[in-house]
Amino acid sequence: MKLAFLAAIAAGLAAIAPMAAAAQDPAASAPAAVAVDAPAPAAAAPAADVAAAPADAAAAVEAPASTYTPMAPTEGKGMPTDPRSGEPGAMAKSLTFQDQYTDNGEYALGMHNYVLLPVITTISLFVLGLLLWVIVRFNRRANPVASKTTHNTMIEVVWTIVPVIILVVIAVPSITLLARQYETPPADAVTIKATGYQWYWGYTYPDHGEIEVISNMLDNAEALKRGEPTHLAVDNRMVVPAGVPLRIQTTATDVIHAFAVPSLWFKMDAVPGRLNEKMLTIKEPGVYYGQCSELCGARHAYMPIVVEALPPAEFAAWVKAQGGTMPGEAAAPAAAAAAEPAAATTVG
Amino acid sequence: MATTAEGFDIHHGHGHDTHDHADHKPGFFARWFMSTNHKDIGTMYLIFAIIAGIVGGAISGIMRIELAEPGIQYLQWWAQFMGGGNDLNTALHMWNVFITAHGLIMVFFMVMPAMIGGFGNWFVPLMIGAPDMAFPRMNNVSFWLTVAGFFSLLFSLFVPGGSGPGAGTGWTVYAPLSTSGSVGPAVDFAIFSLHLSGAGSILGATNFITTIFNMRAPGMTLHKMPLFVWSVLVTAFLLLLALPVLAAAITMLLTDRNFGTTFFDPAGGGDPVLYQHLFWFFGHPEVYIMILPGFGMISQIVATFSKKPVFGYLGMAYAMVAIGVVGFIVWAHHMYTVGLDVNTKMYFTAATMVIAVPTGVKIFSWIATMWGGSLTFKSPMVWSLGFIFLFTVGGVTGVVLANGGIDDNLHDTYYVVAHFHYVLSMGAVFSMFAGFYYWFPKMSGRMHSELLSHIHFWTFFVGVNVIFFPQHFLGMQGMPRRYPDYPEAYAFWHEISTYGYYIMAGSMVFFFVNILYALVAGKKAEANPWGEGATTLEWTLPSPPPYHQFETLPVITDAHDYHDHRPLTA
Repeated sequence: MKLAFLAAIAAGLAAIAPMAAAAQDPAASAPAAVAVDAPAPAAAAPAADVAAAPADAAAAVEAPASTYTPMAPTEGKGMPTDPRSGEPGAMAKSLTFQDQYTDNGEYALGMHNYVLLPVITTISLFVLGLLLWVIVRFNRRANPVASKTTHNTMIEVVWTIVPVIILVVIAVPSITLLARQYETPPADAVTIKATGYQWYWGYTYPDHGEIEVISNMLDNAEALKRGEPTHLAVDNRMVVPAGVPLRIQTTATDVIHAFAVPSLWFKMDAVPGRLNEKMLTIKEPGVYYGQCSELCGARHAYMPIVVEALPPAEFAAWVKAQGGTMPGEAAAPAAAAAAEPAAATTVG
Repeated sequence: MATTAEGFDIHHGHGHDTHDHADHKPGFFARWFMSTNHKDIGTMYLIFAIIAGIVGGAISGIMRIELAEPGIQYLQWWAQFMGGGNDLNTALHMWNVFITAHGLIMVFFMVMPAMIGGFGNWFVPLMIGAPDMAFPRMNNVSFWLTVAGFFSLLFSLFVPGGSGPGAGTGWTVYAPLSTSGSVGPAVDFAIFSLHLSGAGSILGATNFITTIFNMRAPGMTLHKMPLFVWSVLVTAFLLLLALPVLAAAITMLLTDRNFGTTFFDPAGGGDPVLYQHLFWFFGHPEVYIMILPGFGMISQIVATFSKKPVFGYLGMAYAMVAIGVVGFIVWAHHMYTVGLDVNTKMYFTAATMVIAVPTGVKIFSWIATMWGGSLTFKSPMVWSLGFIFLFTVGGVTGVVLANGGIDDNLHDTYYVVAHFHYVLSMGAVFSMFAGFYYWFPKMSGRMHSELLSHIHFWTFFVGVNVIFFPQHFLGMQGMPRRYPDYPEAYAFWHEISTYGYYIMAGSMVFFFVNILYALVAGKKAEANPWGEGATTLEWTLPSPPPYHQFETLPVITDAHDYHDHRPLTA
């Protein structure tokens, strides 16, 4: 047991060591980290854009509305796993977090799996072991005469100091994770504003000609018909580009809601009168499901979130299909007639 | 322990027992409705808590049965039963009413009345050698305010509250769902219920502080007080400092709802997040209010059945003080996703983890108390052993949740539900059953059945673990809390969890049968049924104690000192 515990600590330290430097002054390191990390995807994105642009443009000219069809979800990706599904490993997958599709999500999951989970399991088993030992060794039959020991300064100091050390070991990756989660999005990040309503979500794209997408839950029959999980599928998804930094903003108009997607390790309350903002970079294309996570009245369980991450070129095509414009593009004539009705009808 | 039974004169011969006055009881109405006797009021609190616990537990049954499979099965029926409409929104609203009522009842009308009103009232005066509480009439007011609060909450279930009857805001009553989001008087009645029971608790806290500071028997210094008394003292201070903040916050809700103020309404310059800060400034100390008396009881019981004084008495007492103090500066860890500043979140992450240190001191001290002891496994002891393990499990998931960055995923999921039920429904509730079995012979004068209480323990232990352990899995998979309906993928573990509820509910039969058995046919309890390990003052009195005790105060001598190293054999 002691060995396992030491191994856990060692694993924790190993996981932490690389980040320790960054953790020293998180506030100061945050912008620096942006400068180092962010340009990579940002730089990659335009390249992809350029490659895809001509074909895309051609498509857009011919049939702007037909270039986008909702992506089919991948079983076990971006959604909870059903232990009864019969897929190999489904039971094991249902016991832990969903697979993560952001860097921060992977970091957090690693911190949970390699630092927190071993530590808390060891502590629980350690206490259980001590209890069992005490029960066996010091019951009335085994030990008829009780000792009168009531103090041992050394051991009291030890069981105060050792937990402190364990907590410091946990605190280092924890503080690092927070610093990473609060990185400021770069200036060219794609802004999407999610607004919570009773009981549906609205997504607006201020950098893309103010496209607005209204997103309602599909009923069970319709969801199954489309090959999507019930209670999670929506009519119009929040479509975003994969691999580039997104600036997610949340707010609400009536009561507090919360925008949450477990497979992206992302949760942010949507509070009336406030605009919360956080950066999100989804690593690969896919469909990622989430649900409202702050009690918001009767239909709280019926306002799911679906994030569809597309390769940037396809995202651009989607924007055009919604009647929006890509930043830097001359405003298309149609952009003025912004596309709320279009958004609601094209996809559905 | 310090105040050993042997070794000081409690004047058996010419004290309370032989005087007519000592056992003179008023008539039924005066005794139970105008009561000023701490033991009678304690008994009423315990009966009240059991009734509230049955109501709150039945509501959790309604919820678990609804959650056994996806879809809405029974909520429409409940909506009609409660006098609401037949539409889906009313049914879904009923769900929110149930979660709200379950939370409020269990916190304010089950755990707090049982721990502080019940065991606190009964045993603080007995343990410090006092004849009664400092303000006996105020004690009565506290109890009836709590009852009135309970009725106000029950009444709220039958008046309009938005999409249907009842308050559907969650026990946290977050604005603006509780203000502009809930039309109708239900939320007002729920808020008023908190006002009443809160006022009762503040009066009770004042009473305990005064009693403990002024009415200890001669020679019983603070550092000789039994740890249960220490725990109630710390709890009383938490109540006194935290509840006024809640009272202010919910009064602001009331004026926002009814008198046009905009404390929490951004349209008038207010802020919904302000409410959360105020609520959790109360709410976090509140969770320690619910567990600290349990810590105290476990300390008494572990020492009694190990036949050893508590290990590290001073560390145990000041660990509770430390938990109480730090408990006031960690509130925003309930609000990690609300949009806190990064530095704020880092501070609350670090501060929250600090609480694990004094909590660890307590866990290890209990084990060290048993170490070298001569253990007997009577019913209070098995519940205490169960407590120590399950509270540890609930505590370590708290360390996971303390990390603001990890909480970004787990916040408001079933992981949180599992965590706080491990520390409450297995921490607080296990300690209450331990305390109940420990003191039931003293309170009633009858012995309960050890067999039934052991069966109760094992079935309850299995039941609650089957309910709540799988909820960790659901939470990590992303299942949000406060949902009546959910995707198919979560169905398996929800179904298992519901089976656990049936086991737990079945185990409660043994509890009630046991009480009935003891009252009807239980053998008479001696003054001290637990043997040489039970050294606090209540065991020097007959079971049940006389109506008025300690008319001649006991004297605690220097031989009974916790922190000198002399043997404690007087």
